Amino acid sequence: MHIAEGFLPAGHAAAWTVAAAPFVVHGARAVVKEVRENPDSTLLLGAAGAFTFVLSAIKLPSVTGSSSHPTGTGPGAVLFRPPVMALLGTVVLLFQALLLAHGGLTTLGANAFAFAVVGPWAGYGAYRLARGAGAGLLPAVFAAVALADLATYVTTSVQLALAFPDAESGVAGALLKFLGVFALTQIPLAIGEGLLGVLLFRALTTNARPELERLGILAPAPTPTGGSA
Amino acid sequence: MTRRRIVTALLVLAVVALFVLPLLLDGGTSEYGGTDAAVTEELEADGYAPWFDSLFSPSGEVESGLFALQAALGGGVLGYVLGRLRGRRAAAPGAGEQ
Repeated sequence: MHIAEGFLPAGHAAAWTVAAAPFVVHGARAVVKEVRENPDSTLLLGAAGAFTFVLSAIKLPSVTGSSSHPTGTGPGAVLFRPPVMALLGTVVLLFQALLLAHGGLTTLGANAFAFAVVGPWAGYGAYRLARGAGAGLLPAVFAAVALADLATYVTTSVQLALAFPDAESGVAGALLKFLGVFALTQIPLAIGEGLLGVLLFRALTTNARPELERLGILAPAPTPTGGSA
Repeated sequence: MTRRRIVTALLVLAVVALFVLPLLLDGGTSEYGGTDAAVTEELEADGYAPWFDSLFSPSGEVESGLFALQAALGGGVLGYVLGRLRGRRAAAPGAGEQ
């Protein structure tokens, strides 16, 4: 999902930067507020940031014969709501743009919009819908983490299609082309990432019960039933 | 607790299988080129020239090292947090089980 440095026309790059900036600023304030009001959130915030840091560093092979990155933004979006991930995700992208020549500064806005805004919101939306429909915590987490991953790549495809419409079939044709590159490869990765999210939340439900109850992820249990999640 | 352990093991196995199977299925014929690079190559083939270059482009080996550093930092912090949370529960009064 990293659009490489200089690969978006200047107008598009500027527009996506303007679109992403308010989310990132709002996210920075959300992080400061969370840490100030709930200092014991710091550990889990670190875990959420670390999860996206590890996963986005690893290129994984897919059945299509290509490889791609997971995103790791889902768990943080479920735990702390999407604005927090707008900041954490952008920090990851900045690290990769500056040190790894992966992504770029001119495309930071577009990449942040896909990775740190749309992905987390799609994941959080899936989580809320699943919980609202009566799904348990872990199935909802799976849906959230997998969808945050997939939605990021769909957004990247849309961004590229808008910038590089096909000469004959226009934006729609270009979108199909870019989805063909990104989305198919990403499906097994999204499933794997969803399973990793489930593993993380299994560990958290046993070991971080008080935090999850305070964040509203788990209902306060009158009788602790060890590991029945 | 054992049922919980089995589920954990199965989940880990499923994740590993998901990424090892593609490697086994095609017998090592695919290059597994990155999708990001596939798109830039396609755009360049269509005549697009990037108008801005990365300020700092590490060479291949250094880049792998920096990616490993990124993963190590994330993995280290994640392990630290999970270890602390687990230790906290183990040390909590009344934590007899497990």
